[in-house]
Amino acid sequence: MTRALLEKQLQEIQDEVLELGGMVERAILGSIETLKKQDLEMAQLIITEDVAINQKRFHIEERCIQLMATQQPVASDLRQIVAMIHIIVDLERMADHAEGIAKITLLIGKEPLIKPLIDIPRMAQKGVEMLRRSLEAFTQRNVEAAKGISEEDDEVDALYDQVYRELLVLMLQDPRIIQRATYLIWVAHNLERIADRVTNICERVVFTATGHMVEMNVSKY
Amino acid sequence: MEDGQDAKIVVDGLNAWYGSVQALRDVSLTILDRKVTAVIGPSGCGKSTFIRCLNRMHEVAPHTRVQGKVTLDGQDIYAPGVDPVTIRRRVGMVFQRPNPFPTMSIFDNVAAGLKLGGLAPKAYLADIVEKALRQAALWDEVKYMLKRNGTALSGGQQQRLCIARALAVEPEVLLMDEPCSALDPITTLAIEELLQELSREYTIIIVTHNMQQAARVSDKAAFLFMGEDRTGFLVEYGDTKEIFTNPKDPRTEGYITGRFG
Repeated sequence: MTRALLEKQLQEIQDEVLELGGMVERAILGSIETLKKQDLEMAQLIITEDVAINQKRFHIEERCIQLMATQQPVASDLRQIVAMIHIIVDLERMADHAEGIAKITLLIGKEPLIKPLIDIPRMAQKGVEMLRRSLEAFTQRNVEAAKGISEEDDEVDALYDQVYRELLVLMLQDPRIIQRATYLIWVAHNLERIADRVTNICERVVFTATGHMVEMNVSKY
Repeated sequence: MEDGQDAKIVVDGLNAWYGSVQALRDVSLTILDRKVTAVIGPSGCGKSTFIRCLNRMHEVAPHTRVQGKVTLDGQDIYAPGVDPVTIRRRVGMVFQRPNPFPTMSIFDNVAAGLKLGGLAPKAYLADIVEKALRQAALWDEVKYMLKRNGTALSGGQQQRLCIARALAVEPEVLLMDEPCSALDPITTLAIEELLQELSREYTIIIVTHNMQQAARVSDKAAFLFMGEDRTGFLVEYGDTKEIFTNPKDPRTEGYITGRFG
């Protein structure tokens, strides 16, 4: 007895989750790029493309529901599907954060940035790298990797602290930049939330592999 | 034990043979009182043999043998001096195909066990038959046709008639050997609902090939499997919710997900 159809569809849906992950990665990195370059057209594009990410998420969710209804998966098959339904929600919300950054770029407009961006792109890089590895851990059901990645959220939190303190100092020195500095804090906050959501994906890796629901590395924010 | 987690039947090191062929090896588990326990596993793994050992029905077939201990409320049912008929009254059985006695009326079918056992005075017979038919959720459909032949009923009604017949002798445990395999899906769901009702008063053990059914109706599930020698053994026994979401043994996982078996 085999479950060729179920396995084929599980694989296809998992591939689509990875595709969605790729779209989200590009949205996050793109949003920071638009901010750096203050490219308002590109910012608008990221906002528009979020619609496609949302649609992809609903499409995957629908496939998961259809698979449950038609194939009655149990045990690890069921856990994989349920985990994917959760993961795509986290991915979609990460893209919303990227969209949020694009919107902040529009708010800043052509006003000069108050400082060169160093730690903020670093946060984005770190977050995207964690995201990529968390999805890889999911496809490999790698519990140890997932635990390690969730620990790395502390690094993003530390970068956020640094950005926040730095901007606070600048605001105290020159109250005229308070608005623009606040915008950058919002950007950093969006990035900090993205890394938190990677931790959620790591939790789903553990659930898929072991059936245990554990809360991993609760962020200080 | 926790409240509502009392042991009804304790099986310890159970082995069973048909002639020289061993059908079961070293099965040990505890059946909880007033819970539904499902026994699942591939064909030929000894599921039916297992439940037939719980009311001494196994020994009815020729050249059979049982070894090990089965206790019902602490009493060893295989101890010398124990009357198998008494055990079979306390541990009733419902079979795969509805098997009403073909020459008997609906009423007499339900009353059959009582009459045979000399268990009920005539005056109470009608009351007991009505109670059993009500418990089997059949009363409303047959109350005006009790004199009609049992075989005149539909398949689902016949199966409920057989459940009523088993309940009439007021057993404590009900063994069900694939009770829905000959029934359509809607009738099957009706029987499943009935099991939930009955489990408030009775301990139920159901053998089923339908894993979704096992998942739907049972509180505990036992997975039996067999090796190269075709002797059945217990692989895993636990809460149904656990078995179907996170089984411990890879063989259980393989079987319930449909990868082998």
